[in-house]
Amino acid sequence: MADQPTATERFIQGILPENPVYRQLLGLCPTLAVTNGMKPALTMAAAVAFVLICANIVTSLIRNLLKPHLRIVIFTLTIATFVTIADRFLAAYLYQMSKTLGPYIPLIIVNCLIICRCEVCASKQSVFTAASDGVGQALGFGLALLSIAAVREILGTGMFFGYRVLPSVWPDWVIMMLPPGAFLTLGLLLGAVNWIEIRRSRQSGGS
Amino acid sequence: MVTNESIIPPEPGGYQNNYLIQAWLVLLLAMVFGISLAGVQQKLGPMIEANKVNETLEKVPEVILGVKNAERLAKKGEALIITPRPIKIETAGQKKVYPVFEARYSDLSLAGWVTKASGRGYADKIELLLGFNPDATHLTGLFILEQKETPGLGNKIIEKKWRDQFVKKSTDRRLRVVKGGAKTPNDIDAITGATISSRSVVAIINKSAAELRERLALLAVTDKKDK
Repeated sequence: MADQPTATERFIQGILPENPVYRQLLGLCPTLAVTNGMKPALTMAAAVAFVLICANIVTSLIRNLLKPHLRIVIFTLTIATFVTIADRFLAAYLYQMSKTLGPYIPLIIVNCLIICRCEVCASKQSVFTAASDGVGQALGFGLALLSIAAVREILGTGMFFGYRVLPSVWPDWVIMMLPPGAFLTLGLLLGAVNWIEIRRSRQSGGS
Repeated sequence: MVTNESIIPPEPGGYQNNYLIQAWLVLLLAMVFGISLAGVQQKLGPMIEANKVNETLEKVPEVILGVKNAERLAKKGEALIITPRPIKIETAGQKKVYPVFEARYSDLSLAGWVTKASGRGYADKIELLLGFNPDATHLTGLFILEQKETPGLGNKIIEKKWRDQFVKKSTDRRLRVVKGGAKTPNDIDAITGATISSRSVVAIINKSAAELRERLALLAVTDKKDK
């Protein structure tokens, strides 16, 4: 267990060095589907954060009772429970948003980011470490979602969080609101992150 | 030698390899989670149902009276009395229930009818509210409750400007979608680049108007007789 990262390391890793979307390419379905506006992206990020942190804590609490061949069943069961709670909560308190996100909230159950964190971290480390890992990864996921949503909403509608930021002469790039816009934005941002990473590692290698 | 064999622990099939015993944690968690979800549903279920009903009820005055008149009425502190009156339709052996709402002014005179109707759009299901005058001779308004049409093109069906075309359209003739401007009274101008979405909405309206027109008119007649 000595070679496992500490709670602080887990937290920091999740945000950028091991960003779920940009570095691990996990959870891409919601990343592509709900990023045509800042509001749905923020709601999705919050729902994933809730599920991820809760699932990590529960998994870590029962980590000594897990049997290797039954662990995935238990992860899925735990995740599904928290996703259902999040889904019902949204339908009760944010009805319009719940309609906008449609099936993508229930689909968090199969978001491999969460099951990956249960497997990699929560089923092996203490509750505190698992929780900070959940917070870190959730922040990283939220950051990725919001960065893509910002590009798509601004270019696609000239607005940011529903407020106009570009002059109304801006010809709205409808394609940014459509699925191709999601792929284009994700690809370009992914390329940019990789480019920065390579440049940084070259610089640190050279000095 | 024979006695030795009986000392060897039992092979697969013993209680430790029983699936149910191995899965005790799964079963226990399923039970705990199930109970907590039931609790969540108990608490939030009524709220979710209320949200669904409110969404429709809020729009009923607007669909019957138009936005301005509905606001005027609301300013006067009056509200329409809305009662659900589902109408069962049987066509070609198929049964269908239209969730119709009856709206009355505060003096109990009939203001009109609103029905929920849905059908296939270009991308996904389109669900809408359609308003009729008391005799169901013409439409009073249209509101799109749910749609996932293409943003920037098909989703223009939600815009008031396009929806207002349907106000005062007669229900005894089918509406027709035309491109480049409506010419006859029963023409609906298609949205540029979204002919299919426009046609889908018109098809839903034609179908529900044809199926409900006579039934609603009959209800209005019996209503007058009761008075």
